[in-house]
Amino acid sequence: MGLSPRPEPTFKELSGNEPWITTKLDQFVNWGRKNSLWPMPFGTACCAIEFMATAASDYDLARFGMERQAFSPRQADLLICAGRVPFKLAPVLRRIWQQMPQPKWCISMGACASSGGMFDNYAVVQGIDSIIPVDVYVPGCPPRPEGLLYGILMLQKKIEHERSGDKTLRQEMEPDPTTQLYIPPAVIDEVSEPFGNSVHQTRSGL
Amino acid sequence: MSDSFTPVVAGSALGSKAAPAVTPKNIPNRGGPANPSAQAIAQQFAGAVVRADVIWGETIVVVDRARVHDIIQWLHDDPSQRYDYLSDVTAVEFRDLEQPIEVVWQLRSLPYRRFLRVKVLLEKGATLDVPSVWDIYKGADWLERECYDMFGITFTGHPDLRRLLMWEQYAEGYPLRKDFPLRGRFSRSEQLRQALAANPEARYSKEELSIADAFEDLPAEMKRRLATGERTGE
Repeated sequence: MGLSPRPEPTFKELSGNEPWITTKLDQFVNWGRKNSLWPMPFGTACCAIEFMATAASDYDLARFGMERQAFSPRQADLLICAGRVPFKLAPVLRRIWQQMPQPKWCISMGACASSGGMFDNYAVVQGIDSIIPVDVYVPGCPPRPEGLLYGILMLQKKIEHERSGDKTLRQEMEPDPTTQLYIPPAVIDEVSEPFGNSVHQTRSGL
Repeated sequence: MSDSFTPVVAGSALGSKAAPAVTPKNIPNRGGPANPSAQAIAQQFAGAVVRADVIWGETIVVVDRARVHDIIQWLHDDPSQRYDYLSDVTAVEFRDLEQPIEVVWQLRSLPYRRFLRVKVLLEKGATLDVPSVWDIYKGADWLERECYDMFGITFTGHPDLRRLLMWEQYAEGYPLRKDFPLRGRFSRSEQLRQALAANPEARYSKEELSIADAFEDLPAEMKRRLATGERTGE
């Protein structure tokens, strides 16, 4: 007397007893990704104070799946650059971005990180997008926690619409080996032209 | 901690009948009671004091560049002065081309409760160098480095005079000088290219590097303790 083979469950039995869904893989993966971002705060100035307020209990970043702050770039997929970046810090920020594994995104929080802000001077990078690629810019000086949350929701929306068929999405941007720049120097000079009050800044005639 | 460490009590040299320390009121813009150290410097170093002012109750002594090191040494050592704390070393440049650059030493005498500002005038166009006070106040190390970084003033006798705030390969000049444009001398792309070319890990001081080099020369017992992770020096 041998063991009688277990009968294969029919499709009808399966569908009757166990829940299952059909979905697009992209949609499923993006849903997972957008709700489990691990942010790495790169706080250099007063924006970092607002970032801390966003992460604290009142505004509670954890509601959006960001329970875990990563203080190491190798365990992070979202870089939040909060505050001005001086030129001395530029190679550090570049290296931190290169240490983050794909998929990764970047939020430039506040006026200084996005454009240099009021620091149109010799020491401050005029927008971190000249060092690393940026997904979402959050304006404000500094932005309120609501502003940062809005930026994060915008990024989640962006992640939702990513397609795995798009091979350019996960490509690392390789800087030019001679100049170490992503964008042509002429473009950097053009976008960092003085504007607003900084056109009339006191220049030394000496 | 060395055995000779004794805490300094503020105002201890004034004696028991000294007036209690109060915030002065109704200070005139010019004039008023001067810090007695100004008079003492003029007596001790004849001809070295260019002028002495009292502005908003603060005494400013402008002295000769060649003798400033001796004067500060004397202010530090003399029992009647005891300027034991160096608050700041900095410089001031005026927009006026004729007006010289001023190097400022801000001194504090804790036992006598005195502040004294010592200045040296450096003519523009000549070499900007003053003697370092690092051998008197070890705290002058970074203050002088910052002043060198921002104004290009050479402190002769400083053990390690390098840029402090800007990176060491910074080639645009001295940012706090009046002839330095606010946005820097180079274009934004060139500034970024030079900044990104810097190695973020090449930041060790000469001292740290020399300590690492000196590891082999340490006694075997200390090497063994350091190798097991023990920290010394605290």
